Amino acid sequence: MWQRANSYIRSIFSSSKLQDVIVRYLLMILLVFVFFGLILLIYGKDPIKSYGDILGSTFGSTYGFSEVIVAMIPMLITALAVALPWRAGLINIGGEGQIYIGAAFATWGALTFTNLPAWILLPLMMLLGMIGGALWAFIPGYLKAIGLVNETITTLLLNSVAPKIVGFLIFGFWHSAMDTVKTANFVPAALLPTFFNTRIHLGFVIALVLLALFWFVMKYTRWGLEIRAIGGNSQAARRNGIPLKGYLIAVMCIGGAIAGLAGMAQVSGFYGVLLLNFSAGLGYMGFLICWLAGGQPIGILLMSFVVAIITTGGNLLQLTRDLPYAVINILLAFTLFIVLARPKFFEREKA
Amino acid sequence: MSKANDSQSAQEPLIALRGITKSFPGVIANDHVDLDIYGGEVHALLGENGAGKSVLMKILYGFYHADAGQILLNGKPVSIQSPHDARNVRIGMVFQDLNLIPVFSVAENIALFLPDLKAVLNLKEIDRRIIEISEHYNLKVDPQALVSQISIGEQQKVEILKLLLSDARLLILDEPTRVLAPHEVEALFDVLDNLRKDGYAIILITHKMKEVLECADRITVLCRGRVAGTMLRAEASEDKLIALMFEKTLTGVKINPKDDVDRALEPLLELQDVETRGERTGISLKGINLKIYPGEIVGVAGVSGNGQKELCDVVLGMELCKKGQKFLYGNDLTNHSIQTMRKQGVAFIPENPLSMASVPFMTVLENMALTNTWRYARQGGFSMDWQAVKTDVEQTEKRLGFTVTLYTLAKSLSGGNQQRMVIIREMTHDPRLIITSYLTRGLDVQSAIAARRALVQARDSGAGVLMVSEDLDELFTLSDRLVVLYGGKIVGEFKPEETNIYEVGHLMTGSEIQHVAKS
Repeated sequence: MWQRANSYIRSIFSSSKLQDVIVRYLLMILLVFVFFGLILLIYGKDPIKSYGDILGSTFGSTYGFSEVIVAMIPMLITALAVALPWRAGLINIGGEGQIYIGAAFATWGALTFTNLPAWILLPLMMLLGMIGGALWAFIPGYLKAIGLVNETITTLLLNSVAPKIVGFLIFGFWHSAMDTVKTANFVPAALLPTFFNTRIHLGFVIALVLLALFWFVMKYTRWGLEIRAIGGNSQAARRNGIPLKGYLIAVMCIGGAIAGLAGMAQVSGFYGVLLLNFSAGLGYMGFLICWLAGGQPIGILLMSFVVAIITTGGNLLQLTRDLPYAVINILLAFTLFIVLARPKFFEREKA
Repeated sequence: MSKANDSQSAQEPLIALRGITKSFPGVIANDHVDLDIYGGEVHALLGENGAGKSVLMKILYGFYHADAGQILLNGKPVSIQSPHDARNVRIGMVFQDLNLIPVFSVAENIALFLPDLKAVLNLKEIDRRIIEISEHYNLKVDPQALVSQISIGEQQKVEILKLLLSDARLLILDEPTRVLAPHEVEALFDVLDNLRKDGYAIILITHKMKEVLECADRITVLCRGRVAGTMLRAEASEDKLIALMFEKTLTGVKINPKDDVDRALEPLLELQDVETRGERTGISLKGINLKIYPGEIVGVAGVSGNGQKELCDVVLGMELCKKGQKFLYGNDLTNHSIQTMRKQGVAFIPENPLSMASVPFMTVLENMALTNTWRYARQGGFSMDWQAVKTDVEQTEKRLGFTVTLYTLAKSLSGGNQQRMVIIREMTHDPRLIITSYLTRGLDVQSAIAARRALVQARDSGAGVLMVSEDLDELFTLSDRLVVLYGGKIVGEFKPEETNIYEVGHLMTGSEIQHVAKS
């Protein structure tokens, strides 16, 4: 009996049929909620009611649902910033830093060209944000391409430098008279338009377009093929005459540019101002989502949605159930742990 | 101290292998191998790479399981399912790449290996045993020294000590001399001699003739997975052994007699005094001068690991020239990118199709487009013309006479099919210079014939071919010119009809050089 169950579970976790994949994910989500329920019980809260609160606050009202979408926007974009280099076999943990530098560049545009109309200023800010992120990612990309330092380490280390630079700018050049931890408010022309009377802004459209573009490039174009070849077997790709160094640098820079765009979208669409430490881990969240999704566009969309529900619902739990926000981090960590641990458990048995 | 001579008196072998057969997909590594190992003898196992020596020993050491056959210990069948079982019946093995932990001391490394290791280490006692045994066998090492700080030769001594302390009585040494300097080799042979006198049985895997004749009592030659012959050292001679090692077989290609290549033409490829920097364990090329003319096949003979991979990589541009120049069609392309070489019609069929030439998690069709993505890109790269890839592949398949499934992951193909995939890809678009390394490895007889025919076809239409192979027969039938690589240098250059298998065999194994040095 146990053996049959065991072999059934193993078959589900090793097959790639769609229905098995769905069962697999449902099982994993179930496991996550059981674990988290235990934590809530230990804390003396009713897990069922807490889950009810999370669902009610997100699916229960248009406002709640729109907040989920708002939370999804930076997650989608930063996840893409990880996914592209990942396809070429690079680990970009630097989304966080790239967001900050991108946001700083975009802010410079917003604060300098205050007289431009929105249809010029916004594209300009996007461009600036992308340039900022790309420059920040160029450093690790170049160092990796010449074989000097592993990109995982450099991107991670640069993450703690970028917020300091932004702090330096906020306290220095862009110091606002009203407040010390942020710049002056952006002019209305520098704000991304919002829709349906909610906080959903143009960034959502940008994210979806980027997602579709990513899917298309990877699946149909020559560059996608070459990037996948590099990720699949860099040695063979090199021997086949694919220019490895150029691609490594390009892919890192484009990833950085995408993350920079996420930074621009946050300051221009969400805050309307450059705030000290505004990102607070968005870049890492993107990394997590990309890994949960296995770098696939559809997966990124779904996983961003799930994580956005957890974080927005978690915000509410603080109010209704008097739980510390750290509990949400526990829930996220459980999700990450279970999804990432899965292949390790089962592939070893197959070998 | 325990000695291994408890079974020496009997004339029955200590270990006997009977009918050992082991096949891997597409290859029979061992085909009904019988082997007797007696106590108190050094038994050399000789053969080319891929002759099945290592597989046989890994079966004996429990790494692999034989498909058929028996292992007899003192006449009784034993089942060896894992290295642990092997150690229980007192069989020990020293691998080519030594397995020591660099940050541990010698004594700690040895202690780790002992079967009766106590929960609380008594390193003093272990030190004492190490010193006792090492003095007896002249295997002196400092038990306190860190492994990272001692030489490779000393590390090898530690490996042997490991086996002696754990009471092994059959020691398997896999190419022990590969990493040693000449004087260290002498010292090792002295150690083996002492061990033999105390009744230990030693199996020495090697392909170096000279060493075998120097220290083995009996010699078994493996060829293509079979025992080609066993002889006592007194009966053996280099010529006899070479004849057994490179047993004649049919290659099945009739080559049209070819007129001399026109040397007045500009060579397709010219290497002038090329040197490379050997990285990590890789070997470095020294002073390579090589020309390949249009319409000729230049065969490269040599035991693998003597610079073949580096030679191919330098021509392709994967490895940089430290010194010297490389000309392609008369243009100086020294250290130009692989892309440039590829675009000028250089094809490359490497020895390992899956890890060196293809992307495992892509379909075969996608892999087929990789060398020529620019050729199949449409709309400036926004789409790929997969139909064109397919048409090209089908044309080449028709020409070559073998096919491969297109819509499956490259990873899921068998070794032979992976090789077919790469051959088809590289033969598309009429390459002008073809670099091949072990072209027919893993191919069945028919495909091997087809692949060789394709090479000859390309040559006849004016392409140049650099063909690395270990199959001397293949080299002699296909090559218009032969060079022999040994230790990263070209040690001989002939026309096939000017030389013979023995001469080339001598050069490959470095034995002739040794003779010259002695006299």
